[in-house]
Amino acid sequence: MDRGATAKGPSDLSTVTSWVRGRGVYLAFVVLVLFNLIITPNFASVVTVTTLLITVSPIVLVSLGVALAIGTEGIDLSVGSVMALASAFLPLYLGYGWPVAVLVVLLVGALAGLVNGSLVAFVGVQPIIATLALLVGGRGLAQIFAGGQSLPITDPGILWLGQGRLFGVPAPVIVAVVAVIVMAFLVNRTTFGRYVVAVGGNRSASYLSGHPVRRTLLAVYVISALLAALAGIIATARLGASDPSNIGLLIELSAITAVVVGGTPLSGGKVKIMGTVMGALLIQLITNTFISNDLPFTWAQVLTAVIILVAVYIQKGRGSA
Amino acid sequence: MTTRPADPESTAGGGFAWRERLFTTLQRRGAIAVLILVVAIAALTFDNFLSAQNLQNIVLQGAFLGLIVVGMTFVIISGGIDLSVGSMLALGGVIAAQTVQVFWPLALILPPLLCGLIGFGNGLLIAKAKMSFFIVTLAGLLGIRGLALALAGERPIRIDGGSPFVWFGQGQILGVAVPIVIVVVAFVVGGLVLARTSYGRVIFAIGGSEESARLMGLPVDRTKIIAYTTSGALAGLAGALLAARISAGDPNGGLAWELDAISAVVVGGTLLTGGAGSMSGSLAGVLLLSVLQNLINQLGTLGSYAQQLVSGFFLIAVVLVQAYLKRKQRL
Repeated sequence: MDRGATAKGPSDLSTVTSWVRGRGVYLAFVVLVLFNLIITPNFASVVTVTTLLITVSPIVLVSLGVALAIGTEGIDLSVGSVMALASAFLPLYLGYGWPVAVLVVLLVGALAGLVNGSLVAFVGVQPIIATLALLVGGRGLAQIFAGGQSLPITDPGILWLGQGRLFGVPAPVIVAVVAVIVMAFLVNRTTFGRYVVAVGGNRSASYLSGHPVRRTLLAVYVISALLAALAGIIATARLGASDPSNIGLLIELSAITAVVVGGTPLSGGKVKIMGTVMGALLIQLITNTFISNDLPFTWAQVLTAVIILVAVYIQKGRGSA
Repeated sequence: MTTRPADPESTAGGGFAWRERLFTTLQRRGAIAVLILVVAIAALTFDNFLSAQNLQNIVLQGAFLGLIVVGMTFVIISGGIDLSVGSMLALGGVIAAQTVQVFWPLALILPPLLCGLIGFGNGLLIAKAKMSFFIVTLAGLLGIRGLALALAGERPIRIDGGSPFVWFGQGQILGVAVPIVIVVVAFVVGGLVLARTSYGRVIFAIGGSEESARLMGLPVDRTKIIAYTTSGALAGLAGALLAARISAGDPNGGLAWELDAISAVVVGGTLLTGGAGSMSGSLAGVLLLSVLQNLINQLGTLGSYAQQLVSGFFLIAVVLVQAYLKRKQRL
């Protein structure tokens, strides 16, 4: 009995450690929620929770696309600028009705994704540089199309997307949840998802196995840009005005953080959709915790940086083992 | 500054040799060629473009980014990237502004020292803990900016114009602005270290193949740590000089400068995959960016966003040309 117990001890410990490693982001989230329940006034209220979910929705949308790109051992830095492009184009076509405007914006997003994807898949440019170019140039382009100004949006259809509710659930949250379900299905249950992981794991092996590597990469960047365009529409709708100079600014950093903290390795070959969602929630919750407790917001940034480093350091152990 | 001898094998290709050499030269020296071209066109278009005042403005505009680019060139040739430099510049400026009243030389010494220390931390995590450079310096980008904002109380801190410290930003040596003198020294020293010392050779070796460099017994970890330390220290120094120039430490300064620095280095012909590049190319890249900025300012009708568009377009053009030349070289 005794010997059995001692033999079991270490193995229990290692199971616990590996469990924590795999689900560290969930654990951190739970701890932070408990912490907030104790110290933040009115944390357990419907308003607080909906505000958190609404603010995090665009970040979740963008992070899903970035997770896919990172899964192929790539990265998509252009998401924030694609959001700005979406914001700039949205009011320009609202005259034809909101479905047309949304369609045009999604087309613009798809086009941006095609540019990124073609550079990565066909020209062989490193993803970080290909998407960096659009990050730098895309926002400038958006501002030129918008004439450097912010236009108000009055179309009720679009405004509903940002501010409306269905059965009490805010519309941005519904869009984000639908996107999460679709992406989870795409990654875990389809051949395309297998290809993404295979390309990220070992590109030449994947190519030699006859996988459509280039088509997969192209699709990944188009999907990422489409999600970013959708996030841009929602952010614009929430604001009630287009704002190409500020919408989506620096969101690529939040997205990468969410993806990495959520357990998707930067070296590719793995995509964690739920982890990414939790990562985004965790980052937003950190920010909200600081704001609602009147703590200097800048320290939230420092804390986020520390959490990134710790999360990646812990996950590294699992990766090399 | 860093003319690397051509591969003996590549010159032995008979009739293809001259083409191959042309492509290689284009890739490595393309930025300089484009720079000369752009300057020539600008000189013909704008009367006062070649005036001493305007030229000094152009170089001064690029001087602070230039210091960062020297460090970034080392890091990128070694196969990494330092995303934290923009935040380091802000932190350097804030530290300078806060220490200048105490004892003004501190404002010049502490920023590169402390930022170098943070860079050393980055290097340790990357080389010893084997963490991805992207993640480590991304965390640096976020965390150091937060630190700079927190230290400054989220507001720019004024520097008293009477302090001798502002000479380092606004003074002149023999008619040349001090920051320009400093950045020229940095480029010359950086170029010599890269091209003429064993440290430079090891940087190239690591960028070419880290595994091989390790197997050859080269001091891979130490070299990488020094590269990130240098990058941090130079960014901190740039922050101090910029603070002296504008008489304030701005915690929001240097926003997205890491992207400008990467653009300048890549436009200068350094491969982002590491193992190839030159300091002279990076210098041309920085100058090209500030010439473009200057031209857009002179046109006046274009907003600041036109510059972003041009920079983005330029980056794509350079990368496409590089990809094309690389493919040609392989044939």
